[in-house]
Amino acid sequence: MAEFTMPSLGADMDEGTLLEWLVHPGDQVRKGDILAVVDTSKSAVEVESFAAGVVDALLVEPGTTVPVGTVLATLSEAGGAPAPVPPAPPAAPAKRAKRAKRAPQPPRQQPQQAERVHSPLVRRDAQALGVDLAQVPGSGKGGEITREDVRHAAAAAAPAPAPAAPAPAAPAGERARVTPYARRLAAELGVELGAVRAADGATVRAEDVRAATRGAPALPAPAPPPAAAPGVDPMRATIAAAMSRSKREVPHYYLANTVDLSRALAWMHERNRDLPMDRRLVPAALVLKATALAVAAHPALNGFWVDGAFRPGSGVHLGVAISLRGGGLVAPALLDADRLSLEELMAGLKDLVVRARGRRLRGRELTEPTITVTNLGDQGVEAVYGVIHVPQVALLGVGKVVERPWASGGMVGARPVTTMTLSADHRVTDGFTGARFLDLIDRHLQQPEEL
Amino acid sequence: MTRMVETTYRDALREGLREALRTDERVFLMGEDVGSYGGCFAVSLGLLEEFGPDRIRDTPLSESAFVGAGIGAAIQGMRPIVEVMTVNFSLLALDQIMNNAASLLHMSGGQYAVPLVIRMTTGAGRQLAAQHSHSLEGWYAHIPGLRIVAPATLEDARGMLAGALADPDPVLLFEHGSLYTMKGQLAEDAGAVDIDHAAVRRPGTDVTLIAYGGMLGRALDAAEALDADGLSAEVVDLRTLRPLDDATVLESVRRTHRVVVVDEGWRSGSLSAEIVARIQEQAFYDLDAPVERVCSAEVPMPYARHLEQAALPQVEDVVAAAHRTKG
Amino acid sequence: MTPQDARRAVAAALTAIVPDADIDGLPDDASLRDELELDSLDFLSFVEQLSTRAQVRIDETDYPELATLGSSVAFVVSRSSGA
Repeated sequence: MAEFTMPSLGADMDEGTLLEWLVHPGDQVRKGDILAVVDTSKSAVEVESFAAGVVDALLVEPGTTVPVGTVLATLSEAGGAPAPVPPAPPAAPAKRAKRAKRAPQPPRQQPQQAERVHSPLVRRDAQALGVDLAQVPGSGKGGEITREDVRHAAAAAAPAPAPAAPAPAAPAGERARVTPYARRLAAELGVELGAVRAADGATVRAEDVRAATRGAPALPAPAPPPAAAPGVDPMRATIAAAMSRSKREVPHYYLANTVDLSRALAWMHERNRDLPMDRRLVPAALVLKATALAVAAHPALNGFWVDGAFRPGSGVHLGVAISLRGGGLVAPALLDADRLSLEELMAGLKDLVVRARGRRLRGRELTEPTITVTNLGDQGVEAVYGVIHVPQVALLGVGKVVERPWASGGMVGARPVTTMTLSADHRVTDGFTGARFLDLIDRHLQQPEEL
Repeated sequence: MTRMVETTYRDALREGLREALRTDERVFLMGEDVGSYGGCFAVSLGLLEEFGPDRIRDTPLSESAFVGAGIGAAIQGMRPIVEVMTVNFSLLALDQIMNNAASLLHMSGGQYAVPLVIRMTTGAGRQLAAQHSHSLEGWYAHIPGLRIVAPATLEDARGMLAGALADPDPVLLFEHGSLYTMKGQLAEDAGAVDIDHAAVRRPGTDVTLIAYGGMLGRALDAAEALDADGLSAEVVDLRTLRPLDDATVLESVRRTHRVVVVDEGWRSGSLSAEIVARIQEQAFYDLDAPVERVCSAEVPMPYARHLEQAALPQVEDVVAAAHRTKG
Repeated sequence: MTPQDARRAVAAALTAIVPDADIDGLPDDASLRDELELDSLDFLSFVEQLSTRAQVRIDETDYPELATLGSSVAFVVSRSSGA
């Protein structure tokens, strides 16, 4: 029996909403098949199965928000051959068979936990926390509800902070310990506790709260914490949390380099002329490919800072910042971008943008970017000094392509140029590495035919 | 300016006794070996010669009997001072102390007050082993109807007896055995001191060390060491263990937000537990760290010197606890 | 292609890219990239859509002609009538 659980699609995700089931009980699934669509605060994400088998039971109704790790469905062993799938639903577990006897035509989607027996401890906790056990998906053996499940359900259902007492924005599950005095001080100083970092990594104390106020411009004492205001768009809140964490924790350094794009663009226009419209390239594709190749050569910029150490990425998965209509942005990954041909990369880019805007990204695309590229040039700025998307350790900004006087070989001429900026985590790399990286992108763009 | 004289805790206690005997005819001292021998710890040395056997009375080795006699004398209008050699032996008189001394005022509907002072030695550190070394004042501090005081300084050794005698109810005065030889300067005209309030013995801003009796010196030494580490410790001397002066303790907690309670008693059910509970009840939202306690190991006090020292709260234990409150 | 048909084709191509855009309320001389916040990929999609719907070939060198609603309509009319 395998379990299909609510995945964590980002370090800041602690719950998700099941939007849609793409399989039914009895369906044969292979590893990698998409089983469900899940809504995170960022996007609708297609979630794939990590196991092969036959869908045994769908435990969560579409529209239900559940904590990460909650069992959404169970899969039974498929055996070797996929052939002998009975036409009727597969041999149901005894519990369900029994129920079927009692009620000859039970509506299949009715959650089966209605009949489950819960431990006294679970019942007591549920009662104390005001949790309806019928609504709690179980993660224990055989789908039993554990105390942890009850706690998660209570945390997920916790009401919005009362207007008088601003609560920390940090997700309830991983809320840092805060001493009573620090909590009081934060309320008095108008400091949002979710944004306060514990110096010892474990407990937020008064000194940490004071440090947070020193970092921020002094707030008038009773001012409500801005980020905790009710009614904030979840995506805005997600971005706020991620960017605050980045600026709080990551020592950024910034480098910039202006790149002559005349060769690259001339080559691209020449190539586009011979191609049908749907295979034409945009400059961004060239830049992304050049970047992917340079990232592959500089693995120290490609990966994550986790638990005080750098963990290199398992491939070059370029996160492409895509702004969404109506506000907000996502940066899903172009997976293995360094190994894609320009054409594949261009097709992948178009597909990614369409799906990001349609909010149908896949889980891996959201969790696996190893470095992000943001291209605000399209919106008319010449340079972008970006904020690193933690836990990644670098971000490349690409500015607008502009015509500028350019001296080369003793001659001045007008050339299309773009300014590329690198924001990188100084804990992992130094400016030396960053400079070589930017230079390598430049050199790749001078040889577009090699891309 | 007052002239200061060099003295000891023992001599200061004796001066307090002498003053009480001189100024109030109703006062007398009784206990085991307080007369001819001059007191087991030499506190009453010379008093028999000065005040005579009617007022400095040696008693048989029967704590229950002579404490009971003291209670009777107090009810009848005298102001007895009863010396019990150590707090361990006082358990033989516990019935008298609790069922009579502490209760009679209430049981008689306010008719019989018991203005009795019982002095006894408490604490370890002198290799007197498990039957002479415990710190049981916390037990007595549990009993309504008693006042419990613990002089930790020369001033208090000199002046607490007068306050205790002035109290219309029974007062137990705990002298820490390791303090008798403590030397220092005391004002020549030192006299009665207040026995209602705790005292801040050293001001500080980062952490409050709460101690009393024999542990005050440890706390002050720890504060010195912490100062060198850049941590400013405030030291509060409880002085009166019942009724506790919550206000002084809480004011300090509200200044420093971190607390270490040093108590030579055993941790479980100790006076330190009571203090921590009160801080939690009344100053929870001022705490920036869990309150730390440094107490004696929960064993009968060992005889061997190294084991005894290992069982007792040491300066370095207090320093470490204070650092823990800083996270 | 008549100007009306051309306008319909342009509007349909834009709506395919920006579903909630108010094409009718868009001035003829407003920059499409600015008004509809099109980035280069959006613009490429628009070109593809328009090419398919209006049955005209659009080269990169033609892109400047598609800057506004009005110029796009004019471009489609001129190319389709010429074809």
